[in-house]
Amino acid sequence: MSLENRHLLGLEGVSKNDIQLILDTAETFREVLERPIKKVPTLQGKTIVNLFFESSTRTRISFELAERRLSADVVNFSADMSSLKKGETLKDTARNIEAMKIDMVVMRHGAPGAALFLSKVINSVIINAGDGSHEHPTQALLDLYSIREKYNHIEGLNVCIVGDISHSRVALSNIHGLKTMGANIAVCGPATLIPRELDRLGVKIFNRIDEAIEWANVLNVLRIQLERQDKSFFPSLGEYRKYFAVTKDKIQKINKNITIMHPGPINRDVELSADLADGEHSIILQQVLNGVAVRMAVLYLLGTRS
Amino acid sequence: MKHLLKNCMIIDPEVQNNGPVDILIVNETIEKIGAGIADLKMDNVIDMQGYIVAPGFIDMHVHLREPGFEHKETIESGTLAAANGGFTAVCCMPNTNPSIDDQSLVKWIIQKGKESNNGIVDVFPIGTITKAREGKELSLMMELADAGAVAFSDDGSSVQNSELLRRAMEYSSMSNKPIIQHAEDPFLGKGGAMNEGFESTRLGISPIPSITESSVIARDLIIAGYTNAAYHAAHISCRESVELIKNTKNKMQKISCEVTPHHFTLTDEAVRNFDTNTKMNPPLRTKDDIIALKEGLRDGIIDVIATDHAPHSFDEKEVEFLFAPFGIVGLETAIGLSITELVVTGYLTLMQLVEKFSVNPRKILHLPQVTIREGELANLTIISPETEWIVQVDKFKSQSKNSPFNNYKLKGKPIGIFNHGRIYLSS
Repeated sequence: MSLENRHLLGLEGVSKNDIQLILDTAETFREVLERPIKKVPTLQGKTIVNLFFESSTRTRISFELAERRLSADVVNFSADMSSLKKGETLKDTARNIEAMKIDMVVMRHGAPGAALFLSKVINSVIINAGDGSHEHPTQALLDLYSIREKYNHIEGLNVCIVGDISHSRVALSNIHGLKTMGANIAVCGPATLIPRELDRLGVKIFNRIDEAIEWANVLNVLRIQLERQDKSFFPSLGEYRKYFAVTKDKIQKINKNITIMHPGPINRDVELSADLADGEHSIILQQVLNGVAVRMAVLYLLGTRS
Repeated sequence: MKHLLKNCMIIDPEVQNNGPVDILIVNETIEKIGAGIADLKMDNVIDMQGYIVAPGFIDMHVHLREPGFEHKETIESGTLAAANGGFTAVCCMPNTNPSIDDQSLVKWIIQKGKESNNGIVDVFPIGTITKAREGKELSLMMELADAGAVAFSDDGSSVQNSELLRRAMEYSSMSNKPIIQHAEDPFLGKGGAMNEGFESTRLGISPIPSITESSVIARDLIIAGYTNAAYHAAHISCRESVELIKNTKNKMQKISCEVTPHHFTLTDEAVRNFDTNTKMNPPLRTKDDIIALKEGLRDGIIDVIATDHAPHSFDEKEVEFLFAPFGIVGLETAIGLSITELVVTGYLTLMQLVEKFSVNPRKILHLPQVTIREGELANLTIISPETEWIVQVDKFKSQSKNSPFNNYKLKGKPIGIFNHGRIYLSS
């Protein structure tokens, strides 16, 4: 079995078979992660470059662990977007690195479509680790994996993504992946943070958190980016917390069986109450663990694809 | 020099069309029009069978990039692209470096135009509304007009300050030159790169909503009404703008507007592959907007087709979509796109097309009209409305090739132009 595409640029257009294959493969690697020696020789001799143009501790560590546990050679490159804009172009940076004979590139970049652009200007296998507010496919895959792990299926579940949908690559990738796997999808957030015509992707829209909690089997709570406050999307964090925070109170009153997810990093007691983040409803740390297994699966499937 | 153009179908609102005729041009002047002029002792005889001959087309919205951005385009290469695209004249926008806010630069550009390609394409500079296009203080409009500027615009930037815009309208009326507004609210759509809607939501690209344009046009029309100014809205792109102008036009004679071929041809779906040649400002809109623009042209609400020819070098566009500059070249595809999208589909007759490309822009700019009559200077655009061809950007005469229309199949092709005693045949 091998994937249909040689890159993973996003989940839009990725088939159910491919998603299934990645999740099933991840299950094998999840088992590897439970062993005393968490390393397999699968990608020995392959060189992977982590090209990060935005700071990201969690995703970069997750990828790096996944790469090292597959025995790949790993090189890290970090630069911030502003220096990129002024200095060398992405095309030149990537082509120079590629000239040193590498096999795969994992890229995080602030511009939507950057991963697709990269796939057009170099020959290496590309994995998108987040391109602006476009897609973040491995995050959505680990979310799917975690949902499947909990419920043994994805189809028919009600999954609601809560928070800043407009600026979220996690939301868009989740919507595509969940749709392909047959879940019912909703989003919940202030009207200013729901992008226009989102309903055309087959998504239900809530502006009241109580309604979302009542409807959902799973809530995927996104991080509210504090730096967006000056852009008039919502008046204050206090008001956001009051109307959109997911709290233990609300869960216990409305829907005790709900599952709470969060892609991290959490603003405790802003979008999600601390007791809930650490409590029985939460599968947040499983998500983190599954992230390594899912990324190992993606790296393995793309790195050994003939 | 004696040129004989045989079997011309003249399309000119001032001339009755009685079937194919021959046109004899001696030096610069149309000597004779009639059937069966003998081709003896001619320097140049061209058979125009199947072609139409129209008063020379003028593109009133072009970026020639000189001075300051000669790696994108020069007056020499830009006017050659214009000739190749079937235009005998262009108006060049003042967002050069330095910007065209000084009479010496106006004169220099006109002079440079005369020296480029033997001056076959007339270059009419547009002066800035404000000094350095900063939107702070009025430019020396009277001097600019006296030096030869045909209009005023801060194109690329919108005049935001309503008081300043009002005064610019009043002041420019003394020189009888229109204000051309690039209508764009600086807050709405800030940092955006494509139309707001389903496509921007799917692509995660910061959006530029249509109200970015229409809300400014609404304000401008109110101020233009108050000052009785000659106001021309550049490159309108959405239904609301068409409707606003429609509602104002019957009351205000001096209101006009233009549309570009790309805005009535492509929708924001073209952005799906993050092709930076689909990034322009205003951005590509929706199917509904295209219908409104085409109906606006048909109903006479939109007066002019202009290209917003915006050359950028290959490397400037070979970057992430977000970082790419706005704009595409348009001079060499304008006629083909317009015939394919408007004439073949029945929105415009060829006569109306000539009005949008030749008669109306000259009216708006108070330039002398060009007609095809004996005794007139020969200023002609020659078109084959039936020829089907495939756009190949590497054949463009423009120095830049940033067009989303490479490999497009079009119907209707420029054949050549005649101006100032010279003929140029398109390749």
